[in-house]
Amino acid sequence: MGEMLSRLSIEELENMSNNCRLDIVRMTHSAQSGHPGGSLSAIDLMVGLYGSDFRFKTGDPNWEDRDRFILSKGHASPAMYALLHQIGILDDGDLMSFREIGSVCQGHVDMKWTDGVDFSAGSLGMGLSFGLGCALAATMDSSERNVWVMLGDGETQEGEIWEAALSASFHKASNLKVIVDRNGIQNDDFVKNQMEIGDVGAKFSAFGWLTKEIDGHNMVEVVAAIDWANSEQNLPVVIIANTIKGKGVSFMENNPDFHGKAPNDDEFALALEELG
Amino acid sequence: MSTHSTEGASRDGYGAALLRLAENPRVVILEADLGKSTKSCHFRSQYPDRTFSVGISEQNMMLVAAGLAESGKIPFASTFAIFTERGFEQIRNGIARPGFPVHICGSHGGIHTGSDGSSAQSVEDLGIYRTIPGMTVIHPSDDISTEELTFQLQALEGPSYMRTARNKTRRIYDNEEVEKLRIGRGSLLRDGGDAAIIACGVMVERALDAADTISGEGLDCAVVDMHTIKPLDGGLVSYLAEKCGCMITAEDHSIIGGLGGAVAEWTSVNCPVPLEMVGVKDRFGESGSTEDLMREMGLNADDIANSVRKCVDRKN
Repeated sequence: MGEMLSRLSIEELENMSNNCRLDIVRMTHSAQSGHPGGSLSAIDLMVGLYGSDFRFKTGDPNWEDRDRFILSKGHASPAMYALLHQIGILDDGDLMSFREIGSVCQGHVDMKWTDGVDFSAGSLGMGLSFGLGCALAATMDSSERNVWVMLGDGETQEGEIWEAALSASFHKASNLKVIVDRNGIQNDDFVKNQMEIGDVGAKFSAFGWLTKEIDGHNMVEVVAAIDWANSEQNLPVVIIANTIKGKGVSFMENNPDFHGKAPNDDEFALALEELG
Repeated sequence: MSTHSTEGASRDGYGAALLRLAENPRVVILEADLGKSTKSCHFRSQYPDRTFSVGISEQNMMLVAAGLAESGKIPFASTFAIFTERGFEQIRNGIARPGFPVHICGSHGGIHTGSDGSSAQSVEDLGIYRTIPGMTVIHPSDDISTEELTFQLQALEGPSYMRTARNKTRRIYDNEEVEKLRIGRGSLLRDGGDAAIIACGVMVERALDAADTISGEGLDCAVVDMHTIKPLDGGLVSYLAEKCGCMITAEDHSIIGGLGGAVAEWTSVNCPVPLEMVGVKDRFGESGSTEDLMREMGLNADDIANSVRKCVDRKN
């Protein structure tokens, strides 16, 4: 039941990303709340993932043998909803109801509310352990499905991330794939001012993971890294994606104010103009 | 190991139940370096491919269990009762909110645990898990009822927390009686019309002893093993409140939020009667033998009997 997502060209991926950026800005403006900055930093990575042989049937988003995508940084929900809109799971009315009572677009992604969402997030640090559980189950089931987890860089300050990192390599969970959205900003300030996390790739490497560092806005690099991760059969892998918080909207870029603040009417008009 | 527990502590019943649950291919076991204590070790030795060690990382264990449940497994995750609490928010947000059938077992709960001291004696676990929406909370009285109730958990659609005890307790049930137990239904062990003692866990045997003592004074006490704290068997509580006119709760747990709290919530709204609570009086434990500690904390049959006398007096 339902068609598998097809593999997209770099140009198609870039176009989809831009459409998602428009949705992210429209959604947060409409709700006058939400987290645009970390959604805009993550969206190229998420679009690149879903457009690169992700096992997912658009007509059957709850297919048991689908790849899982765990958005552990669940405040980037606008990015998830924008992506689900672009692949036909959500409609425009769903997006415009973001954060309203009864909406399928909850403030933080929640699998109980939205088809196509694989995790109930909102509390940082939990998604990697959850993804490991999904990965262990896939191995028990002799399934080829992979489990992808997206972490925020500030999120790696949570201790549970490193408990999970150690367990994943211990259990040789090679079907567990992680992307760290290294945008350098967390809620209150720049990561370097809150509690600098340094070389995240080296830390994962020390925990027994394979790592690759990329420019998270260069779609060629994004797709190549995802293909590399999908081909790895022995160890869990992590892609450290250097990104810009608020990418694509000039006044949001690298601006801690737009971690959790919606654009006002004037800012919204400017953002629409910039995104075309 | 035999399929039925031999007489022992309730944690032995948990271990025996896991072995029986192995027939269900969806069942998986998680351990956080305390499998020898919680008794999941027996399952591990026979089914290593379905047993996942996460080392000493309880928060991680809760979400790994959630992920396994998302993918169709029925995880049973155990550690000490007190260490489950380290993962409280993980249980709340990662397991209960999505409603996964993850079954958490906290062993070594309560003052009864003994000489390890206050850091190991959870007296708040039943209370905190009872506050989570959709969470079933169970605290059985003996090994054989623990085995039966644990076995029944595989059919539960949502999450559960079960507390087991470290030390051996008296058998309350025989093989025939135990099969009549049902999650969510209190077990009336002894009928009576003068007072009702509602007990759970290691306090059930003490409640029966107290009822024996009191019967010598001409008072008939009903005794209930309220193994399921949530959902509380309100129908049984109401029936006994009406019949007996007063009620005594007995638990190896803080009187704040646990069985006493649950019964007080129910009776005050539905069937107000005098109520006395035997339990830990808003304090931490300490090291000592189980016997000395239970006496020090007011958790013996004599303490229950005194509460019965006081409660019956309050009816007049």
